[in-house]
Amino acid sequence: MPRAFTPKVITANALLEGDVVYLTRDDRWTRDLKEAELLTDEAHADLRLIEAERRVSEVVGAYLAEMKPGPDGPEPTHFREDFRRTGPSNYFHGKQEERA
Amino acid sequence: MYQYTEFDRDFLAARNAQFRAQVERRIDGSLTEDEFKPLRLMNGLYLQLHAYMLRVAIPYGTLNSGQMRQLAMIADRWDRGYGHFTTRQNIQYNWPKLKDVPDMLDALAEVGMHAIQTSGNTIRNVTADHFAGAARDEIADPRPVAELLRQWSTDHPEFQFLPRKFKIAVTGSPHDRAVIKAHDIGIRVVERDGQTGYEVLVGGGLGRTPMIGKVINDFVAAEDLLPYLEAIVSTYNVLGRRDNKYKARIKITVHENGIDTIREKVEARFAELKPRFTGVDQEMLATIEAQFAPPAFREAPTDAYDETYAKNPLFRSWCDTNLHPHKAEGYAIVSISLKKHGATPGDATGDQMRVMADLAQAYGHDELRISHEQNVILPHVHRSDLPALYARLKAADLATANIGLISDIIACPGMDYCALATARSIPVAQEIAERFAELKLEHDIGPLKLKISGCINACGHHHVGHIGILGLDRAGVENYQITIGGDATEDAAIGERMGPGFAYDEVTDAIERIVRAYLDTREGPQETFLETFRRLGADPFKAALYPKETVDA
Repeated sequence: MPRAFTPKVITANALLEGDVVYLTRDDRWTRDLKEAELLTDEAHADLRLIEAERRVSEVVGAYLAEMKPGPDGPEPTHFREDFRRTGPSNYFHGKQEERA
Repeated sequence: MYQYTEFDRDFLAARNAQFRAQVERRIDGSLTEDEFKPLRLMNGLYLQLHAYMLRVAIPYGTLNSGQMRQLAMIADRWDRGYGHFTTRQNIQYNWPKLKDVPDMLDALAEVGMHAIQTSGNTIRNVTADHFAGAARDEIADPRPVAELLRQWSTDHPEFQFLPRKFKIAVTGSPHDRAVIKAHDIGIRVVERDGQTGYEVLVGGGLGRTPMIGKVINDFVAAEDLLPYLEAIVSTYNVLGRRDNKYKARIKITVHENGIDTIREKVEARFAELKPRFTGVDQEMLATIEAQFAPPAFREAPTDAYDETYAKNPLFRSWCDTNLHPHKAEGYAIVSISLKKHGATPGDATGDQMRVMADLAQAYGHDELRISHEQNVILPHVHRSDLPALYARLKAADLATANIGLISDIIACPGMDYCALATARSIPVAQEIAERFAELKLEHDIGPLKLKISGCINACGHHHVGHIGILGLDRAGVENYQITIGGDATEDAAIGERMGPGFAYDEVTDAIERIVRAYLDTREGPQETFLETFRRLGADPFKAALYPKETVDA
């Protein structure tokens, strides 16, 4: 039996700044995970990834990242994605600072 | 110190102009990431977890004050006002924007620095003893040879696509402070019958398969060194495995073929290469050596130092941990700790870099060093200047008295920055340092090297830490393995794994238990942690780490 598809978002790094970004339902790149499109259908996710990978002058290294639905939008299931969503823990630098 | 020639400057200007054009073409969309990635990596530009990262080489860890000020300027102008000094004597900027990187590289070129070959399967930054040219036990300054190797390896056409990255370290002292036994090639200056030559080791390395380097030749004559090294790298280039990334380093090549076979092949290749070296390299070396002539050390009384040492306990404590014996009478080697308790190991702000540059200029014959232990060294300071120097360090929050103690932790960037990391390192280091500061135990504990890596690649040298910590991802949770008994010196040893790993919030307690077991079992304050481990083995430490009820549970 193939494993059931688990929810994912498309994430990458912004070409110019390197910031972690996520693809929204309306094809924007957002820095806020809550705004990301949560992909629950495998075929749709694969298609969205192909579309994202073609946007080479906007982002680098697009991939599907494991997420779970939360009250305010997608939430990470793994600590690596949790760090990517927030920024480093030793300084208040990166996206967390811009948002504050 | 080595001064760039017109050739060096022209080469760097051309290379930087080339990369500027490549960045422009990436931004305007004419280059894809697949096309651009190898080009940016050749110039030290990585894409990490949250941002780009620019890794700048500090060849053999040597800087002058002008270079240090420029590093500060770059940090302030294009980054976040700080830099991170690494275990390979590099500095990393964690937040550069892609479009700014060409300007950063031009600013580095202004002071004779670059980021070339700080990535990729090439010969990386050549590292050296951070006390080079100053240490009392030194036979010869290793830096002229290291500079010769930098020039030889930079853009060497045969060695741009090696099976894997390649790291060379050089020491001029019998006491190894450059971890040469954990490098692809380790070089030690030796003397035989009044002749200076080199002992050459090969096949050391840490990472997922840690190996201690083996002697391939116990005496290479000075004029044979470059062709001999070229023969080693050339042999590896042909023989090294390109089918499996995890078996591609020369340590595996040596391990699989045996050191004797490798030696034979290297000798055969050396016989071919030697006639092609017409002596130009030795002429270049002589020119380089002249530039590393020792500074004019002065003779002066040390009364001011002696007086302050006698009456100021904080100064005394700092001197006792942060100074090392200098070869010149009245001088000391000063280590400036970048390990303030609770701070990020190896980080210095732009302001701190400028203070260290000013101090090097005022009191240190304009020289600074970066150690693989992520500290800054002023190699030549007269003792009479130490009270004034200490006061200025204190004002800049740079007077932490912990060199060689448990809070002088090597830590890789870990999952706070690194795309390869499997767990965090920095917060673990911060918490351990703060714990031992609170306990006020670290001076009583004495010499103890604690090293933390956030993944199996071992940038934090955990294998050779007296206590090593390796952060892993175990089923989606950070988990930390502890090793004990590693040694990074001439007696190099790989640490022994203690048992099951610890959760993120259990690590500091575990380290405290190990240290308390040492304090309970040592034969006296003169017996170091490593000596106690060697006398008693792992058992008392395992018992402290895994109390019986936990094992039974």
